[in-house]
Amino acid sequence: MKAADADHTSTRADHRPSLGGALLTTSGLTKSFRGFTAVNGVDLQVREGSVHALVGPNGAGKTTLFNLLTGFLAPSSGTVTLAGQDVTGLPPEKMAHLGVARSFQITSLFDQLTATEHLELALQSSTGQGLKFWRSDVLMGRFADRSAELLEEVGLSDQAHEPAGALAYGRKRALELAIALALEPRLLLLDEPTAGMGIEDVSRTIELVRRVAVGRTVVFVDHNMHVVGSLADQVTVLQQGRVLAEGPYDAVRTDPRVITAYLGEEQDD
Amino acid sequence: MTSAPTTITSVAAAANHLASRRSPLRWVLLAVGLLAALSLPWLVYPPLAMDIAAWALFAIALDLLLGFTGLLSFGHAAFWGGSAYVTGLVAINVGVPFPVAILVGALFAMLLAVPIGFLSVRSSGIYFAMVTLAFAQMLYFFANQWRDVTGGENGLQGIPRNFFGIELIETDPFYFYYAGLPIVLLGMWAAWRIIHSPFGKVLVAIRDNPARASALGYDVQRYKVMAFVMSAGLAGTAGGLFSISHGFASLQELNWTTSGKVVLITVLGGIGTLWGGTIGAALVVMLEDWLATSGFEGIGIITGTVFVIVVLAFRRGIWGTVRDLKARFRSRT
Repeated sequence: MKAADADHTSTRADHRPSLGGALLTTSGLTKSFRGFTAVNGVDLQVREGSVHALVGPNGAGKTTLFNLLTGFLAPSSGTVTLAGQDVTGLPPEKMAHLGVARSFQITSLFDQLTATEHLELALQSSTGQGLKFWRSDVLMGRFADRSAELLEEVGLSDQAHEPAGALAYGRKRALELAIALALEPRLLLLDEPTAGMGIEDVSRTIELVRRVAVGRTVVFVDHNMHVVGSLADQVTVLQQGRVLAEGPYDAVRTDPRVITAYLGEEQDD
Repeated sequence: MTSAPTTITSVAAAANHLASRRSPLRWVLLAVGLLAALSLPWLVYPPLAMDIAAWALFAIALDLLLGFTGLLSFGHAAFWGGSAYVTGLVAINVGVPFPVAILVGALFAMLLAVPIGFLSVRSSGIYFAMVTLAFAQMLYFFANQWRDVTGGENGLQGIPRNFFGIELIETDPFYFYYAGLPIVLLGMWAAWRIIHSPFGKVLVAIRDNPARASALGYDVQRYKVMAFVMSAGLAGTAGGLFSISHGFASLQELNWTTSGKVVLITVLGGIGTLWGGTIGAALVVMLEDWLATSGFEGIGIITGTVFVIVVLAFRRGIWGTVRDLKARFRSRT
């Protein structure tokens, strides 16, 4: 990967020998809220098999961009393309069926349901079984094996039958990840996977994300530069809704514009 | 205002969590419940027993939405009353046995619920309540205006209780109760089946976190509309039975006070408990009857006071509070 890419956003998709073609592309993606433009003409290319970080100061539009990519918001203008298919403005459930899974910045679980029930619900969603109001919910047991596997993968096996509300914070985030994996995503979007975590949980999460990223395309937002540096093949820096810089982590980190943007923010953080 | 639906939902969620713990006690409870249902016309005036059963089913229908989908409908009179009229009209004009007339009434309620559901599930919380109320009021005024068919303010009179020519059931409220009870029990079983199905699990997920449910790939609006239509069908079954039992359908059945009364019964019994509605219905119907027969005019003041006390003191309703105490007792021993 070439450091020079950081400075040439217009040609950034041109040469990426180690990875596949673009899985997700946005073109001129813009979202305005009552005159405030949160995301402004973003052109983004996420290549198949890459781990792509979105970084930027608070209010740079990262979460809005995430919501545009997952169908939680419809763009004011611009397009989103997934594997060559125009998916602009599709609702979240359609995006999920197309293989786009997300985690939420603020832990977002069904507090009364157990970890296993979360995974059963996630595994069920693509089968249409959820519409069977005349059958017993014992049917959901058919997903028991797969959900046990997923809980094993994120290290939650011993808490499989705890209600999600009773799990510790780091465990909740692990469950979020397991739920996203249950959807067998081609594209996994993680909104601040390490937000609010202690150092130990952060390193555990890095390991976890690294493991699940094998054979998958991952886009994530994170404020922790250690996390970004450890995981990302490619980094896109956003500022005030625009792409400020893009490229491999080391190139982006030393980009003078990025440094300025972050130094300017430092007092706030 | 926005905090009210959230509170309701969290109360329902807590109640539901306790419900999911299965115990052998539930078979005992089921037996006691059936025994109570079968002995009811011995204990109270038989037409009143039928009222209790019908309102219990109505409350359970509402709880399907309120307790298990997180939607507070304030317009369920449209389905109860709409079916009351349609059931009555079918019974009068076609002369079919009353269960068939009730079936037609319930289907009408479901049909009515499709457009109302589509237009109302886009909003939630207090806005959902207002939109459903608005539709129910539209139906009320429509029934009031269309006198030739509905009888306007006089109501629809002389609804027969045709039951395969079995005279005792057609004339005696005591025997009629036993012909009507299976319909109520069937409705209750349907509600139970829906709650404990894969569909019911998705409803609970939507109630607790709609955004997360849609991120999992569930079409939240579609599930809400389906739950709304099912709830309307059960409410319609109850309303149809009510009008057959009374032999008339009045505008009262479509009035907003009916929508309010079923919310009161459901909250009193316990949101998200499903069976709480039976207790709530028994209490409210008997209390109203007792107040009416003792010549008391301000029934609303008493039921309203009871409602306020329950909401303030027992947020989980009667069933929910008992269940809480039971769980607390169990965890202590």
